[in-house]
Amino acid sequence: MTFSSLLLQQTINGLSLGAMYALLALGFTLIYGILELINFAHFNVFMIGSFVALWVLQGFGLSGQAIVLTGLPLVGVLVAAFAVTMGGCGLLGVAIERVTLRPLRNVTGPAAMITTIGVSYILFNIVLLITSAQTMNFPNPLPPLQWNVGGAVVTLQELLIWGVAPILMLGLWAFVQKSRLGKAMRATAQDPEAARMMGVEVDKVVMTAFFLGSALAGAGGMIFGLYYNFTSFLIGFTAGLRAFTAAVLGGIGNVPGAMVGGILIGLIEAYSGQFIATEWADVIIFSILVLVLVFRPSGLFGRVAPTKS
Amino acid sequence: MLLEFKDIDTYYGDLHVLKKVNYAIEEGEIVSLLGGNACGKSTTMKTIMGVVRPVRGTVIFDGKPIEKLPTAERVKRGIAPVLEARRLFPRMTVFENLEMGAYLRARGPEFDEDLERVYSLFPRVKERRNQIAGTLSGGEQQMVAMGRALMARPRLLCMDEPSMGLSPIFVEQVFDIIQQINKQGTTIFMVEQNANMALQIAHRAYVLQTGQVVLSGNAADLRRDPMIREAYLGEMQVPVT
Ligand SMILES: Nc1ncnc2c1ncn2[C@@H]1O[C@H](COP(=O)(O)OP(=O)(O)OP(=O)(O)O)[C@@H](O)[C@H]1O
Ligand SMILES: [Mg+2]
Repeated sequence: MTFSSLLLQQTINGLSLGAMYALLALGFTLIYGILELINFAHFNVFMIGSFVALWVLQGFGLSGQAIVLTGLPLVGVLVAAFAVTMGGCGLLGVAIERVTLRPLRNVTGPAAMITTIGVSYILFNIVLLITSAQTMNFPNPLPPLQWNVGGAVVTLQELLIWGVAPILMLGLWAFVQKSRLGKAMRATAQDPEAARMMGVEVDKVVMTAFFLGSALAGAGGMIFGLYYNFTSFLIGFTAGLRAFTAAVLGGIGNVPGAMVGGILIGLIEAYSGQFIATEWADVIIFSILVLVLVFRPSGLFGRVAPTKS
Repeated sequence: MLLEFKDIDTYYGDLHVLKKVNYAIEEGEIVSLLGGNACGKSTTMKTIMGVVRPVRGTVIFDGKPIEKLPTAERVKRGIAPVLEARRLFPRMTVFENLEMGAYLRARGPEFDEDLERVYSLFPRVKERRNQIAGTLSGGEQQMVAMGRALMARPRLLCMDEPSMGLSPIFVEQVFDIIQQINKQGTTIFMVEQNANMALQIAHRAYVLQTGQVVLSGNAADLRRDPMIREAYLGEMQVPVT
């Protein structure tokens, strides 16, 4: 392969990874924007998302790469799997907030953040026990289609990811910009006390943020499974940390920043894996994080935190 | 009575801010709350809105106790704030800020009517409706803050220092509009440092000092009161009639 086709190939790979990180990063950013809380449970909501998707696809009788669907059945199965995974993860996020974080809402200091680390470990261990620490083959119902583009290969999986991720992100953007509850979310992020005095119920807004963020993480988890054809109780930490880096890179609390940050991290991972060495990908990603934090502490596009009153 | 405070005590932790405070505001009045810095004026407003809860005492709105109700419920019943330092949502447009004022109300003819009313009171707000609120001038922000509160179609408007940081001409405009709003039927409870102007448009006033009401009465009487003249009207020229 020539350099330019390698570059193109890694751009294709990076965009796919990046779409997944962007979905995950949005969850960090939505919740940070409203509660100024870094939700580490998010890592493993993503991981659980991949398992929910796996179980739904198995429920449709799929296993491994043996059964391939086309046409309407394929679309139906994928839509159903995304819907159940996102709904389930959204509810899981809401439950985590309701049970473990709401009682700490007015406690200052790191208590809430530490709690999310605890919840993350609980989720991790539950799945570890259920799956007996096995790596699972992820059902892939997609036909093994691929196309040659300028010396690089694009698979149907990748086209699916490039279709689904932007639709979800546009949906989120439209919700936050246009819907009544979305506007209440933005208002709360900008000035919680003033929003409250307009009649906004903060609990409802926080629940919405957890639902949306966790649902997107679920979608990310399913995309992980479809892309790598496996899942495991371990996947939350690496992907989660990279997505968190993406959120910080884009400016945590900043929704478009999280999307761009996710894509950047995906590209960096793909390029450094190709042109340097896979083992170096994380070193490079986190070095970039450190550099950004040193020279632009509020991220590339500006950190957005709730205004203190 | 539209709003009453009965022996209200409000604390921040150990800090005792409002001490056995009583207010009584009739429907249709403009009542001004005067007092120096840190005496508890904004805390009064926050106690009305339910952002701060009193430890003792009762707040009565329209005949019913409200001190235990959540803020949203109070807004629903007809109390809306114009907050100290405007507190617009800085990264939302002017129109979105107005929409937030009507957050608990349905869209429809009433919303459109109120929007028209705000636009006719503040033509400038209409002109700027698509501008990001954080980029407005201070005076424009004050108009939006007032418009936003009116979008709740309140019975009681609680204004915290509406003249703060405005040029004298603008202060006069704002006070004119407050009077207009009042004449259209909205009761107004207004914190002000600009005692001179406030006492010109208010029917009555309360004077708060370190969390206690030390003086209250008709605005006209208070303007003649020697203590008020010395402490709050200072070097301002107030005609004694
Ligand atoms: N959230 C809070 N936590 C702790 N103390 C507070 C809080 N808000 C206000 N205070 C304190 O309560 C006292 C009264 O504050 P308040 O804001 O009611 O004063 P104010 O009369 O509005 O003053 P100003 O004219 O300066 O606006 C002040 O000493 C202030 O520091
Ligand atoms: Mg004040």
